[in-house]
Amino acid sequence: MSGYPPEMQESIRLVESTRLRRLKETFTAMTLDEREAILKGFHPDYKDETFHAVRLGVSKGQRMPIELAQVVEGRPHIGPDFDVSAPIIETDVLVIGGGGAGASAALLAQEQGAKVTLVTKLRFGDANTMMAQGGIQAADRPQDSPPIHYLDVIGGGHFTNVPELVEALVVDAPFVIKWLEDLGMMFDKEPDGTMMEEHGGGTSRKRMHSARDYSGAEIMRTLRDEVRSREDDITVIEFSPAVELVKDDKGQVIGAVVMNLETEAYHFIKAKAVVMATGGGGRLHYQDFPTTNHYGATADGVVLAYRAGAPLGYLESMQYHPTGAAFPEQIVGLLVTEKVRGLGAQPVNKFGDQFVYPLEPRDVEAAALIRECKERNHGIITLTGQPGVWLDSPMIELIHGPGTIEKALPAMVRQFGRFDIDIAKEPMLVYPTLHYQNGGVRLRADSSTDVPGLFIAGEVSGGVHGHNRLMGNSLLEITVFGRRAGRAAAAHAQQMTWGTPSLEHVAQWNRELEENGIDTGVVAPILLPDYARKG
Amino acid sequence: MGGVMTTEEQSERINLIPIYIMGKQYMVPESLTIMKAMEYAGYTLIRGVGCRGGFCGACGTAYRVLGDPKLYFGLACQTVVQPGMYLAQLPFFPARRAAYHLEDLEATSTQLFSLYPELLRCLGCGACTKACPQELDVRSYMAAGMRGDIAKMADMSFDCIMCGLCAARCPAEEGQYNIAILARRLYGRYMAPRSAHLAERLEEIRAGQFDATMEELKGLDENALKERYKARDIEPK
Repeated sequence: MSGYPPEMQESIRLVESTRLRRLKETFTAMTLDEREAILKGFHPDYKDETFHAVRLGVSKGQRMPIELAQVVEGRPHIGPDFDVSAPIIETDVLVIGGGGAGASAALLAQEQGAKVTLVTKLRFGDANTMMAQGGIQAADRPQDSPPIHYLDVIGGGHFTNVPELVEALVVDAPFVIKWLEDLGMMFDKEPDGTMMEEHGGGTSRKRMHSARDYSGAEIMRTLRDEVRSREDDITVIEFSPAVELVKDDKGQVIGAVVMNLETEAYHFIKAKAVVMATGGGGRLHYQDFPTTNHYGATADGVVLAYRAGAPLGYLESMQYHPTGAAFPEQIVGLLVTEKVRGLGAQPVNKFGDQFVYPLEPRDVEAAALIRECKERNHGIITLTGQPGVWLDSPMIELIHGPGTIEKALPAMVRQFGRFDIDIAKEPMLVYPTLHYQNGGVRLRADSSTDVPGLFIAGEVSGGVHGHNRLMGNSLLEITVFGRRAGRAAAAHAQQMTWGTPSLEHVAQWNRELEENGIDTGVVAPILLPDYARKG
Repeated sequence: MGGVMTTEEQSERINLIPIYIMGKQYMVPESLTIMKAMEYAGYTLIRGVGCRGGFCGACGTAYRVLGDPKLYFGLACQTVVQPGMYLAQLPFFPARRAAYHLEDLEATSTQLFSLYPELLRCLGCGACTKACPQELDVRSYMAAGMRGDIAKMADMSFDCIMCGLCAARCPAEEGQYNIAILARRLYGRYMAPRSAHLAERLEEIRAGQFDATMEELKGLDENALKERYKARDIEPK
C-alpha cells in the first residue's frame, strides 16, 4: 500500500515511465556563470529584504538574516554586576557544546594533560552531528589527493574560503579517519578493508566515507563513549547552556556563566581556556524555512563570542539543503541525505523529467529545485500547500542491485516506512530546507580567535567553507577543528596567567545598545525555540 | 515558503482528538507527532526532546491506547498521535556502563563477559525487541553477544540510537545499548579490516608529498583558482 494520495501517485506513474530512459541520461552540469545566475535568481541568500546589517560590535555592518540579527543584537541574560568572584567549578579547559566538535576538543585537550569540563544545553550528543547521515570527506584513495580536495572545497565555496583553514581541513582529513577508526568507529568497507567511498555534490573524486546512513550518529556515539571512558579528567554537565563568556582585566576569556536549564540558576565556571563548539542556528527558521537542525540550534555561540569581542564572517550565507522531506507533513524539513543522490537517484519534476545535474554544489542544487517549483511550476503541491519535486530513489537498486537501499540507507527506509512509503519502490518528495550556517566566528587555522583564551570549532565558526559548504565537510570540520581547538586550548591553559575576572564587556555591550537605540526585545542567547502554543 | 499553511492553520481544518499526557487529557490535531502534540498542548520541552528527527534517542515514549491491553513504545518525534493515547515520556533511564579504555581491551568474548557479566544473565524473553523504536532485534544481538560473536552483535545493533527503552523493559536488568556500543567499538578498532590506501596516504602526507602543490594552490588568485577548478577531471560514477 502506498502512503501517497492518489493525485501524487499519478505523477509517480510518470516518474516510473521515464526511469529506464533516465538511467542512461546524464543532465549537464552548470558552468560557473550558470551557477551564479541561478543563485542570484532563486537562492534564499539573495533575498535582500530578509537581511539586516548588524548595528554594533566589532563586525558592525556584517549582513545576516533578520532572525539572526535579532539575537545577535539581543540583551544579555546577566548584568555586569553578576558575581564572578566564586566559581562553582575551576578547570583547565571549558568546552561549551556537546556535539562532535566539543567532544573532539575535550578528548584532545585531555590528551595534552588538561582537566576538562564540558557543558551542553541538552544531553551530551544532542547535536547536529548526530543527525548527519551522508558521510565524511577525506582524500585517501590513490586517484585522489588533499590538493584535489582543496580545489573542490574552494570552488564549492565560490572561491571565498580562507585558504589556511581549507588546507587544515583537507590535510588533517585522512588523519581524522584513522583517529576515528582507532576509536572504534565502523566505516563502510569492502572485505579487504578498502573504504567504500561515493561522490557528494561538488566533489571531483569519490571521497565520501560513510557508516550506512548513520555516519554522524556513529561518530557522535563513538566520541561520546570515549569521553565517558575518560571521566577522571573530563566532567560532562548536561542541561547547562552558556549564557555569557567571562573575561578578565587582561582581555582574555576565563570561563563562562552557565544556566541550569531546569532550575534556571546561573553559575560561573572558571577556566584557563574556553572552546566554543555550540553549532549553528537552524532553529531560528530564517525566512520561515523548516530545518533539519536539532532543537537546540539557536546560534548561541555566535551571540556569546561576538559580545566578547570576536569578529564574525560569512553570516550572509546560509545553507539550504536541496533535499528536505516535503511529504508527509509530519516530517517536512527533515533531512533526506545527499547520499541518496550520491548513489544515483535523480531529482525529477512532476512530469518525470530531469531538470538539474543531481550533484551540483548544495546551494546551486537547492536554487534549481526552487526554480523548478516556483518559476516553472513543475513541482508537486501537497494538500498542505508544500511544494516539492521527486527524488527517484528506486533508481538506486537498478544501478547497484536489489537490497542496496536497505543496506545503505536504513535511516531513510525507517523514516519513510513509518508513513507507509517504501523508498525502494516509490520516490520521495523533497524541497530545500534550512540546514547549515556557512559563516560564524572567525578563527585561525589553530582554532584560536582574536580574543585570547577563546577557541572555536565546528558550525559556530566561519571561513573554512566560504559561502557554501560541500557535503561531508561538516563532519570533517568538527573533528579537524575540534581536535585543533582542544590542543590549542590546552596549550594556552598551560602558559596563561590569571587577571581579575570582569564582565566589563557586558557593561560595554549594554552601553552600545543604548547609545544606538537598539532594543530587539530579545534576551539572547534564546537557548530554545518557542514552539509551545499559548492559551 | 509562501502559501504553506502553519500547523495551526491546518488544525482548523483537521479533527481534534483526545490524548492523555501523564494522565491529563488534551485535545490535539490528529496529524501531529506526539512531540508536536505536546507543544500544541502548551508544553515547552526541555527533557524528552533532542534532534526531532529520529536519530538522538532523547524522546523515548511508552503508551497505551484506551481499550487496548497492549503496551507500545515509540519516539515522540516520529510517532503520530492516536485517539485515547496515554503517554509516558522516558527521556532518561539508568543503565550501568562499564569503565574501560578501549586501547587496553581485546576483542574477545572473555573481555565482553568480564566488563558486562550481566550479559550472561539475559533471559531471551524479547521484551527489549518489542520495545525498540528502531525495530532492532535486540534479543538476537544479545544472544550473539552471549555466544561471543562480537561482529554479529556490532552489525545487528548498528542502528541503535541508545534511547534506553530496551533497558527500561528488561527483567534481567541489562543495559543492552551500552553492551552493544562496546561490541561495535571493539569491532571497529580490532576486527574490521584496515585500509591499506589510508595508511599509504598518511605516509605520503607525513613525507611532505603534497606540500609544494598545497603551497602553490594557497598562493593562487581567484582567477587562477577558477581555471584550475574548471580544468578538474571528474571521476566517473
